[in-house]
Parts: sequence; C-alpha cells; structure tokens
Amino acid sequence: MRPFAYFRAEDPADAVARFGPGAMYLGGGTNLVDLMRLGVARPGLLVDVSRLPLDRVGPAAGGGGLLIGAAVRNSDLAAHPLVRERYPMLARAVLSGASGQIRNMATVGGNLLQRTRCAYFQDVSMPCNKRAPGSGCPAIAGDHENLAIIGHSAGAGGSACVATHPSDMAVALTALDARVHVTGAAGDRVIPMPGLHRLPGAEPDRDTVLEAGDLITAVELPPPPPGRSLYRKVRERASFAFALVSAAALLDVAGDGTTRGCKLALGGVAHAPWRAYTAERAVAGLPATASAFSAAADAELAQARPLPGNAHKVALARGLITAVLEELSR
Amino acid sequence: MRVTLTVNGSQRTADDVWEGESLLFVLRERLALPGSKNACEQGECGSCTVLLDDVPVCACLVAAGQAAHRRVVTVEGLAPRGELGPVQQAFLEAGAVQCGFCTPGLIVQVHDLLRRTAGAGLPPPGDADIREALAGNLCRCTGYEKILDAVRLAASRLPVMP
Ligand SMILES: Cc1cc2nc3c(=O)[nH]c(=O)nc-3n(C[C@H](O)[C@H](O)[C@H](O)COP(=O)(O)OP(=O)(O)OC[C@H]3O[C@@H](n4cnc5c(N)ncnc54)[C@H](O)[C@@H]3O)c2cc1C
Ligand code: SF4
Ligand code: FES
Ligand code: FES
Repeated sequence: MRPFAYFRAEDPADAVARFGPGAMYLGGGTNLVDLMRLGVARPGLLVDVSRLPLDRVGPAAGGGGLLIGAAVRNSDLAAHPLVRERYPMLARAVLSGASGQIRNMATVGGNLLQRTRCAYFQDVSMPCNKRAPGSGCPAIAGDHENLAIIGHSAGAGGSACVATHPSDMAVALTALDARVHVTGAAGDRVIPMPGLHRLPGAEPDRDTVLEAGDLITAVELPPPPPGRSLYRKVRERASFAFALVSAAALLDVAGDGTTRGCKLALGGVAHAPWRAYTAERAVAGLPATASAFSAAADAELAQARPLPGNAHKVALARGLITAVLEELSR
Repeated sequence: MRVTLTVNGSQRTADDVWEGESLLFVLRERLALPGSKNACEQGECGSCTVLLDDVPVCACLVAAGQAAHRRVVTVEGLAPRGELGPVQQAFLEAGAVQCGFCTPGLIVQVHDLLRRTAGAGLPPPGDADIREALAGNLCRCTGYEKILDAVRLAASRLPVMP
C-alpha cells in the first residue's frame, strides 16, 4: 500500500475544501479500512468526516419529516426514539446489518456508500470491471450465487457487472422515499432515493450518481406514510450475514380490504436498492390478498434475468414479497 | 505521523505511525498490548474488540488517526494487573476458555453488555439479548454453550459490576 496523509475535518466546508485528486472521505472506516488493507482502495489523502458536526437526528425543517446527519452512527440511528417510533422499519433494517461492534463505528453516509461484497472486486489479483474497468467480470462464469438477478449488465462484455449493493439501511431508505443531502464543489443539492445508486450500465465502476468530492451531509425522511411497515432479510444464517434477498415494505389497507398504498424495495437483487414500482402499481386498489400479492411479485420479477447459479434468488424474492405483504395485511 | 491517545487510563504516544495503520496494530505492535487479538482483520470475528470512547468497536477496522486524542480501553484495562474482573472470573469458572483466542474480545464485549444493562437499571440480559450482543464474536472451539453459561453467571452477579 502507498503512504498517504490523514486529515480530520472540522466542518463540511473544510472537508470539501481539502478534497483533491486521490482523496477519499473516511466515515467509520469499517468498509474503507478493510479495502485499503486489501489494496482495493489506495487513497492519497484520507479526509476524516466521521467527527463532523453532522451527528444529530431531529425534525426536518417544515413538514413533519426527520433529518439524519451523515455522521450519525448506525447504532445511534437504530436506537433513536424518533426512528423507533415513527420509522420502525428503518431501525429493523439497520439492526439486521453487521454486528454491534461494527454498527458502533459505521456512519449513515458510509453505510450508503459501502462497496459491493463481490469476492472478485475485493481480490486485486482478479479482473473486475468495477475495480479495473474493461478487465472483465469473472463473476459471470464464476461465483455469482449471491449476486444480482435484475438490472445487471451481464451481457455487456467490457462493462459487464452483476454486483449487488450490500446495504440493508439503504433498502429501507429507498422504500421510505428518503432524500440525500449532498454538498460539493458545485454547491449543495438533494438526491432522491431511489436515484442515489445507479445500475451498472456502461460504467460499472460508478456505484452512485455522486461526483468526486461530493460529501453526503444528511438523509431526510418525509413523514411516515400511513399503514404498517416491515423489514425482512433472508440470509444464510440467522445473524451477522449479508442479505441473499431482503424486503422493506409499507402497506396501507383501506377499510374495505383493498390496498390503498404500498411501497416496496428489495435488497440483494441488484446493483442498487431495487424499488419495486411494478409490484406497487399491481397491488394498488386490489383486495389485499395473497393472490394479489403473489401476482404483483410475479409482475415485478418478470424483469429478472438470473444467472445460471442464482435462479434460486428469484424464487426467494417472490416468496419474500408475498409473505411480507401478507403479514402486513393481517 | 505521531498518534497520541489515552489507553487504559494512561496517555500513550506512538511515532512513525502510517496513516492507514489500524488501531489494532498500534496497540499490539507499538504499545506492547497484545491482549486484543488479530484473527480476521476484517471485522468478522470480534477478537480485536476494544472500547473506543466507551463504545465497543473492532480495532482492526479503526484507522489509527481516528483514535487520536480519544480514550481506548483494551482487555488489559478491565482489571488491575494480576487480578480478574467479574467477567474474566465468570469465564474461568464456567470453563468458557479453550484456545483463548476469542476470549479477550468476548470479555470486552460482555463487559460492555453488562455495564450498559446495569447502568440502565435493567434486569440481567436474557439469552436472546446475549446472543445478539455476541453475534460479532466468533469462537471456533467452545460451541458457545460455556460462553453463554459464563455470561449468565456474570450477569447473575450484576450488582457487583463496576
Ligand atoms: C463483517 C461485516 C459485516 C457486515 N454486514 C453488513 C450487513 O449485514 N448489512 C449491511 O448493510 N452492512 C454490513 N456491513 C457493512 C457496514 O454496514 C459498512 O461497512 C458500514 O455501514 C460503512 O460505514 P462507515 O462509516 O464505516 O464507512 P467507511 O468505511 O468509512 O466508508 C465507506 C465509503 O463511504 C465513503 N464515505 C463515508 N462517509 C461519507 C460521506 N459523508 N460523504 C461521502 N462519502 C462518504 C468513503 O469514502 C468510502 O468510500 C458489514 C461490514 C462488516 C465489516
Ligand atoms: S460482478 Fe461487478 S464487482 Fe463482481 S467481478 Fe464482476 S465486475 Fe467486478
Ligand atoms: S480481527 Fe478484528 S474483527 Fe477479526
Ligand atoms: S476458545 Fe478458541 S476461538 Fe474461542
């Protein structure tokens, strides 16, 4: 690994001003320190943003939503009374990720921008279009059991990538219509979720729409929508594993038993947290029954393009969507 | 760079620290505190667990610079030299130690669980709470049963926790 410099920023403007070529922001370090050790990330300068005064959770300006600072620790987010009361699905999603020790360090900004867990991406002796654009994607002919089934670019040769985004928190934020506040050289802007993370397309090296030097300062949640919500994660063991497939769902059933509102996002299936708009539209106005939910799951997953080794994830996703919506309708 | 931090109550300084070096490396190789173990170096096993500003973290994933001017407590700092803390005592009595590689991280993590429980005036943690708290600490030897026994034993003596 190359030598580099470390700088602890005092405020967001300070952090953005110090950012230059080869620099990387450092949140809790739980992903970046690992990637530096593996040689996947080789920053010339680390700008530590974990101690910025962006560590508060509180009401958003106007409109009854919530503003979550980018430096809030994952454990503090999940334990915050306003989150537990008003957005329990978000608390569940955060608590279903990693371990206590890691959640104590990990920040909201870093969680959103954590890199894929594709084993080839993490191994610098292997080709990988995400890490070394144009070098190829060994996952397609190799180990892809846990990788994407939808929205990937497997057929794209030099830009093929079937990686998934590993965050649980981001799946809940995607279902909740969160807005990500960003500051950078070009000033401040707000990016809706879904919309922060991108599909691989022709540029699998870009996980998100952010530009170099963009700093996430906060995540804003609109007021919680009516109805009930749930986060459920299917994984290889009961605790401390990344999702095979996960679902964040909100369901609002009217007095006559029809679905008035539904928001659904899937994790573990794509390069970005996957907002299941097709399924949402398919259940709207119909009786909130198992048959309507499984038809909606089928409609959503008609877009799936599983690889030889991960077709089981389509079945898992179908079962999970149906089960989660059924549970919410009871 | 030079990193100054408080370790187990004393101010310590390490020189020539490479900016990307982990806190675990600084503790073990520069400050001669080998209690925290290095097993996976990727946050998966918990054997490097230390308290950073009173919160348990994996020292292998903390960049040394991030720990500068902060308080670190390692397993060596949980009891005076030559004595056993209540969690260590319970691990010994319950036979929860085999090769011992996972033990320091577990001791720190259990210490934190019981201190938080007692601090909040809560009843001793149930098995589900214990399992969740220890989800980030892996042990290849014991099968965890004796570890659970040790935590229950330490928890049953909660009022004597510091
Ligand atoms: C063993 C293990 C198991 C895990 N299991 C799960 C799991 O089951 N589910 C899950 O969701 N996650 C899991 N994780 C991942 C964990 O959630 C992430 O590592 C963590 O959330 C990253 O946050 P951080 O603050 O430590 O980020 P860092 O490692 O500090 O940074 C990650 C990236 O974000 C960038 N960055 C950080 N903050 C900002 C900012 N404010 N603005 C712009 N860029 C920024 C950094 O430059 C870097 O590229 C696991 C991790 C480990 C080690
Ligand atoms: S799936 Fe993406 S990240 Fe994994 S090897 Fe292929 S290009 Fe790299
Ligand atoms: S060595 Fe740090 S978690 Fe395994
Ligand atoms: S006693 Fe050997 S790893 Fe736990």
